Amino acid sequence: MNPTLNLQPNFNESGKRYFRDFTPGDDFYEALIDTHRNLSDEQSALVNAKLILLLANHIGDMHVLREALRLARADVVTE
Amino acid sequence: MGSYTYPKFNYVPPTDLMTQPPQRKPLVVIGAGPVGLAAAIDARLHGLDVLLFDEDDSVSVGSRAVCYAKRTLEVLDRLGVGQPLCEKGVSWNIGRTFLQDEEVYQFNLVPDPGHKRPGMINLQQYYLEEALIERALQLGVDIRWKCKAVGVRAEADHASVSLESPEGTFDVEADWLVVADGARSPMRRHLGLDIEGHVFKDRFLIADVVMKADFSAERRMWFDPAFHPGQSVLLHKQADNVWRVDFQLGWDADPEEERKPERVLPRLKTMFGDQDFELEWVSIYTFQCRRMKDFRHKRLLFVGDAAHQVSPFGARGANSGLQDTDGLMWKLALVMKGLAPDALLDSYDAERTYAADENILNSTRSTDFITPKSATSRMFRNAALELARHHPFARKLVNSGRLSVPSFVTHSVLNTPDTDAFQGDMLPGAPMDDAPMQRNGKDVWLVDQLGNHFQCLVFVDQVSQLDAGTLSALRAFEAGAISVQPLIISRHAGAIDGVTVLHDTQGLFAKRYDAQPGSVWLARPDQHVVARWRNFSNTAVQAALRRATANA
Repeated sequence: MNPTLNLQPNFNESGKRYFRDFTPGDDFYEALIDTHRNLSDEQSALVNAKLILLLANHIGDMHVLREALRLARADVVTE
Repeated sequence: MGSYTYPKFNYVPPTDLMTQPPQRKPLVVIGAGPVGLAAAIDARLHGLDVLLFDEDDSVSVGSRAVCYAKRTLEVLDRLGVGQPLCEKGVSWNIGRTFLQDEEVYQFNLVPDPGHKRPGMINLQQYYLEEALIERALQLGVDIRWKCKAVGVRAEADHASVSLESPEGTFDVEADWLVVADGARSPMRRHLGLDIEGHVFKDRFLIADVVMKADFSAERRMWFDPAFHPGQSVLLHKQADNVWRVDFQLGWDADPEEERKPERVLPRLKTMFGDQDFELEWVSIYTFQCRRMKDFRHKRLLFVGDAAHQVSPFGARGANSGLQDTDGLMWKLALVMKGLAPDALLDSYDAERTYAADENILNSTRSTDFITPKSATSRMFRNAALELARHHPFARKLVNSGRLSVPSFVTHSVLNTPDTDAFQGDMLPGAPMDDAPMQRNGKDVWLVDQLGNHFQCLVFVDQVSQLDAGTLSALRAFEAGAISVQPLIISRHAGAIDGVTVLHDTQGLFAKRYDAQPGSVWLARPDQHVVARWRNFSNTAVQAALRRATANA
């Protein structure tokens, strides 16, 4: 069976104990926004593009990637 | 106008205090807001004499802090005012989040049943203050109205406070001074103590609206709604059919213009449509996230907004202030009674600066989500909201305010580290989870059986399994200089002469605390676990008690 795209909350950091379920996601979101601090919109767009390529390579599985690409595009344009 | 009549408290000229040389008092509290009042009440519960000064002679104007979290309600229960406030307040657990006009996500603050108190109640701050004042007077707190603290000297063994009253100025000395004089804290400023952090470049409009609306009592947060494009709006129901609306205005808004009724009313009309409503109170606010470096300064103990401030998202202001005094007053009482060294109060600083950092972190993250500061940040926010319509992972990322929850002070020096294996979150430093129980056949809540003293909880299957040696050791603890009350928690109903037995009727204590027959917990007077073991040991409990009181 092909692996499927995980749409459940999945952020975690080894060695860290969480008492609140929102904390790991918030840790990531803060790091994400911090990465864009003091960048122009164009620079941010480039950072985002590089980030997607890095993560896509890490995931590797084309079945999962195609599913993510499809969901990301859904609702954005009315076909 | 108005759903509320402001009380005026009896001003008694403080001529008895206007002596030369100044009088020395054991404990003085500055500021009769919710936090100062809670400190004074807690002091009386611990048998301390307390003098409380406030510059005004009424309660605070406007709804101000409106959301009181589950943990705060448990603290208010311990102080003896929880029930009337919960009856008066509006309980809610459900929060709804909207993008434009579509709901994308909802949360439930207490998904787990078997807790006495709801996730949150909404209540105007003046009702909380009124109830606390009544309770304080009933317990014999000496409250002096219209006495404004304007100066202070911090000496090695006392603080000397200068006060202004209608009769003139005078000084009072205090062995210990609890400073609860609010965000602008004249005491903190007078001493030139640092408070560092940052101001957020945004303005918010608060409107209290009296309205008979048929919305249910849930929290509603809109991002970019049609009735207030590009900004966020938060709606809460309070007591007396008063609704609280927070409109984000942006940094460029003119506060003087925006607070005018001719500006406020059209905003409300676009939001509420044809509902009949009356505007009760309007305020404009900006906010800061910052805290003092040290909450203790010699004999001064800073609590509440005087010590730390957060953005309003998450209701972490008043709630954390009430948790400050919850954590402080039992320690101060032990020190004042000579039962613990004053080093115990350094743990107040360590635990509550940790909690303040956690509150600042969470409310800053919420603020960054709700009011994005760049186009990219706004794009990520909107992407998370859109994905949240369909995907569970994105719902967790939607941050419309991480509502006040207590800190786990797992790094506190007062804790005895675990030596035995336990599952679950009730580890040393944990605020104790509630559970339904029976005591003498009557339904009670665990949290109502906890607090004000150290307690040793022992879990058994049947009370008959408790051996005579353990029982006599437990009874000896109760008679100790620092009393430790035994609390037997039993899977089956039972009774022991002279010892409280709680029947874990639904097995929820066992589940939440990972209890097995023989398991033992030492609980602090502020309802936190401080040590736990799989088996009772007299020497281990005594060592943990010494450690928990800085007597080790």
